[in-house]
Amino acid sequence: MSLDEFKNIIESTSLKQEVKFDMNARPHAIILAAEDLLAVCEILQRNPATYFDMLSCITGIDNGAEANTMEVVYNLYSIPFNLHLMLKVVLPRENPRVESVSGIWKTADWLEREVFDMYGIQFLNHPDLRRILMPADWEGYPLRKDYKHQDYYRNIKVEY
Amino acid sequence: MKGLLDQQFAQGGVMVTRLEDLLNWARLSSMFPMTFGIACCAIEFMSTGTTVYDMDRFGMAPRATPRQADVMIVAGTVTFKMADRIKRLYEQMAEPRYVISMGSCSNCGGPYWQHGYHVVKGVDRIVPVDVYVPGCPPRPEALIGGFLKLQEKIRAESLVAPTAIENLLKKENVDHTVAS
Repeated sequence: MSLDEFKNIIESTSLKQEVKFDMNARPHAIILAAEDLLAVCEILQRNPATYFDMLSCITGIDNGAEANTMEVVYNLYSIPFNLHLMLKVVLPRENPRVESVSGIWKTADWLEREVFDMYGIQFLNHPDLRRILMPADWEGYPLRKDYKHQDYYRNIKVEY
Repeated sequence: MKGLLDQQFAQGGVMVTRLEDLLNWARLSSMFPMTFGIACCAIEFMSTGTTVYDMDRFGMAPRATPRQADVMIVAGTVTFKMADRIKRLYEQMAEPRYVISMGSCSNCGGPYWQHGYHVVKGVDRIVPVDVYVPGCPPRPEALIGGFLKLQEKIRAESLVAPTAIENLLKKENVDHTVAS
């Protein structure tokens, strides 16, 4: 299935912004506005022609201070049709937030918790958004480009 | 010094020894390690317990509870999240207790020393360590070398005035002067 066919399916919902393509990504990616994500995921999962029943992975990216953006990347897979699709959402670096897709794919619960843990991206309407890998009382988000670790954690020196 | 059982017992059922020697011999001949591993070093620790390397010949039977264990072998990467648990386990062990730090990660943070925001840069920041075993991971032979080093340390212990460290230092100084 080509990207344009995906685009036609996506545009059957009322989009707030025009989608863009990232042809450098493998599989080719569709770049969405954050507010369109939930509706697009729902239609891609439900549409009988796509039926993306599996969310393989959620990735966070911090593009750094110069670009001043963050990204959340969703890799979808359709088991019955053997289709792959990548969705990207670009967020501002200050107060990044996007709607949770855990209502559509249950696996998104933990995947989004990891992205929150490492980048501090807020997932709205997530059932249980707390750290998953780092200790609950850890300070900061380790994979952000401007991350500086704390000097001491519970009286243990962090620096080598 | 020869081991206790290397001596000749010609006097029937009676033997005379120092209480310290007897206690130390008993301790170093039954260093029960805690069944506990936190990363890939634990695989080598497990190999050390197999028939090929036969940890049992040192009287080292792994115990599944800290209450029965004498030695904690920190086999793997110590993360900050794990640090509290390790400290708790150490505190639950009865004295006398010993810690072997196994592998680069638990010695000093290993490959995570610079960018590993989540790794404690050495388990000795949480609990006192008796023997450091280098390697990434150390082979079972190296870990057994650590056991022998710990036995040496226990053999030199004293009930009244602990001087094991002093004795070790003295010995190393002597070795140093002989070498130079």
